[in-house]
Amino acid sequence: MKYLLQRIAFYVFTAWAAITLNFFIPRMVPGDPVQSLITKFQGQMSTQAINSLYVLFGLDNDKGIWGQYLDYWKQLFHGDLGLSFTFFPTPVSEVISGSIAWTLALVGITTVISFFLGTGLGVLAGWRRGSWTDGLLPVTTFLSSVPYFWLGLIAIYLLTGPGSFFPSSGGFTPGLVPAWDQYFIPSAIKHSLLPAATILISSVSGWILSMRNMMVTVASEDYITVAHAKGLSDRRVALSYAARNALLPNVSGFALSLGFIVGGTLLVEIVFSYPGLGFQLFLALGAKDYPLMQGIFLVITISVLVANLLADIAYLLLDPRTRKEG
Amino acid sequence: MTSIPTSSLEQNTPEGAAMPADTTKPPKPKRQRFRFLANGKAATGIVILGIYILFAIIGPWVAPYDPGARSNDLIQPPSAAHWFGTTHLGQDVFSQVLVGCRTVVMVGFLAGVVASILSVLIGVTAGYLGGATDDGLSALSNVFLVIPALPLIIIITSVLESANDLLVALVIGFTSWAWNARVLRAQTLSLRRRDYVEASRATGEKTWRIILFEILPNLTAVIASGFVGTVIFAVLSEITLAFIGVTSNTTWNWGTILFWAQGQQALAQGAWWWFVPAGLAIAFLGTALSLVNFAIDEFVSPRLRSAGKTKVKTASGRTVRMRVGFTPVLEAPAHADARPVPSINPHGATPVHRKETAR
Repeated sequence: MKYLLQRIAFYVFTAWAAITLNFFIPRMVPGDPVQSLITKFQGQMSTQAINSLYVLFGLDNDKGIWGQYLDYWKQLFHGDLGLSFTFFPTPVSEVISGSIAWTLALVGITTVISFFLGTGLGVLAGWRRGSWTDGLLPVTTFLSSVPYFWLGLIAIYLLTGPGSFFPSSGGFTPGLVPAWDQYFIPSAIKHSLLPAATILISSVSGWILSMRNMMVTVASEDYITVAHAKGLSDRRVALSYAARNALLPNVSGFALSLGFIVGGTLLVEIVFSYPGLGFQLFLALGAKDYPLMQGIFLVITISVLVANLLADIAYLLLDPRTRKEG
Repeated sequence: MTSIPTSSLEQNTPEGAAMPADTTKPPKPKRQRFRFLANGKAATGIVILGIYILFAIIGPWVAPYDPGARSNDLIQPPSAAHWFGTTHLGQDVFSQVLVGCRTVVMVGFLAGVVASILSVLIGVTAGYLGGATDDGLSALSNVFLVIPALPLIIIITSVLESANDLLVALVIGFTSWAWNARVLRAQTLSLRRRDYVEASRATGEKTWRIILFEILPNLTAVIASGFVGTVIFAVLSEITLAFIGVTSNTTWNWGTILFWAQGQQALAQGAWWWFVPAGLAIAFLGTALSLVNFAIDEFVSPRLRSAGKTKVKTASGRTVRMRVGFTPVLEAPAHADARPVPSINPHGATPVHRKETAR
C-alpha cells in the first residue's frame, strides 16, 4: 500500500509539473495572439471569452505572474480550457471530449494488444533462441526504425483506392450519425482496421526485443536450471518460471514508454485523417490554435499518467516483493 | 515514436564481458584493438552510418539539381535524368533526399550530444551523491520520462516563432535525456560500492576525480548506447515535426519531402517515388543505429548474442535443444565404434559423451 501511495503522490506531482509547464509555454509566444483573434472575429466575441483568453495567454497585464497562475488553476478546475480558434466559439473541452473516445479506442486497444502480442512473441524468441525466431530480429529492427506515419502512407498507397475494402481516411462513412447501431459500428470498425494494423506492426517489435532480451537473461538463472532438473515440463518452466520473472521489467518498461508510443500513434491518426486527438492537434497546429493545442497536450499527459498508474497496479499484483514492504 | 527502450544494460554490468584469459600463448598477448567491430551487427551498422555521414557532408555538393528549383517535368517517375523522379513543381526528389541528409544527421547528432551531456550530469550526480540530491534529480527525470515527449516537443516548437534546425535540436535534446539519466543512475549506484571506488575514496581522492576517472570510464558502453538511442529518437522527432509542418519548410529534410508529398496528394496520384525514398532513408538510418546499439548491448552482455543453431540431432534420431547453463549428455549407442559426434556449434555448450555403462 505504501508503494501505491508513493506512486500516486509522484503522479500528482507530475501532473502539477505538466500543468505548470503548460502555463508557462504560451508566455513565450511573441506578440498578442488574442488581439489578432479579436480582429479576426470583429466583435463577435463576448467580453467573458476575451478575458478568458487573456488569462490563458498570460496577457492579463494588471495581475502579477502569481495571480495569473492562480486564475489559470481556477479555470482548470471548472473544466475551462479556453475557446478553440478553429471551431470558434466552441470551448476546447467540448472539442476534446468529442475526439477523445476515438483515440482511446484506437490507440488504447492497439497498444494493449501490441504489448501482449509482442511479449508473447518475445517469450518464444527468447526461449527458443537459435531457432527460426532469431530470424524475426532483423525484421523487427527494421520495422521499429520506420516512422509510424510513413508505414501508414505505404498502407494507404498499397491497400486503399477505388474498389478496395479499406477506406483511406476518416473514422466512419460520411453521412452516418455516430450512434451504437448496426450501421455505424461496422463502419467505424472497418475504418479503424488499417490505422490499427499500422500501429500494431510498428510498435510490436519493441516489445518483442525487450522481452526476448529479458528472457535470455532470465533463462540462465540458477532457478531455471533447478526447475529443469526437477523434471518439470519445458512449457511450465518457460511460462511459470522464466516468463513470469522476465515480465516484471517489461511491465515497468510498458509504463515508461507509453509516452513515446502515444506520441507516435497520434501521427497515424493524422495520416488516416482519423477523427481523434492526434488529427485534432494537427488541425490546431495548422490554424495556430494555441488553446486547443494546449488542451490536447494536457489531456494526453493526464491519460498517460492514468495509464501509468494502471501499469503500476499491475506491477503490484505481479511482484509480491512490492506488497511485503507495506 | 518507436524508441522503446530495449537495452538490457540495467541488468548487466560492464564487467560482465570479461575476456577469456589466453594462457596457451605466453609470448606477446596480442590485444585485439577493434574487437567491437568483429561483431557483424556493429560492422554493418557502422558502415551504413558512415555512408550517411559521408552524404551529410558531400550531399549538397554532389546533388545533381538545386532541390528547390522548378522544372517542366511535373510528377515524373524515376528516369535517367531524375533518379527518384520529380515532384508536383518538377523538383528533383533525389537532390532533395541528398540535401536533406545533412540536416537530419546534424540535428540527430546535436540532440544526441545535448541529451547525453545532460543525462551524464544528472544521472551520475544522482547515483553518486545519493540522499536528497538523488531524490530530487530522480523525481525530475521521472517527470520528464512520463510526460509524452513528442507532444511536448510539438507544443514548444510550434510556439517558438522561428524554429530553425539548431533550436529544434536543442528542444529535442532538452526533452529526451531522462531515460539515459535513469539507466546511468542505476549503473552508478552499483559502481559506487565496488572495491576500487571504495579504495580510491579511502585514499582521499577528490569526488570529482573519482567520478571522472574511476566511474565514467566504466560507463562508456552505457553512455554510448544511450547516445545512439537518443539519436534515433531525435531523427524521428525531427522528421515528424517537418512532416506535420511545425518547423520551417525553408530547409530540406526528409520530413519536408513527406510533408509536400502528403499535402500534394502524392498517394492519390500514384507517385510512389515521391515518398518511398525518404521513408527508406529514415528506416535504414534507424536500422543502422539500432544495429550499433544491439552490438553495444551484446558487447557488454555476451548472453544476448544470437546463439546460432541450438537444435542438435543425435545419432539415435532424438533432438536436443542447447540451452544456457546446460550440459547436454548424449547417450552413446550400443555399437561403440560409430561415435555419434553431432555437428555442434563450437560457441554453444559442449556436450558430454557418456558411455552406456552403469545404468
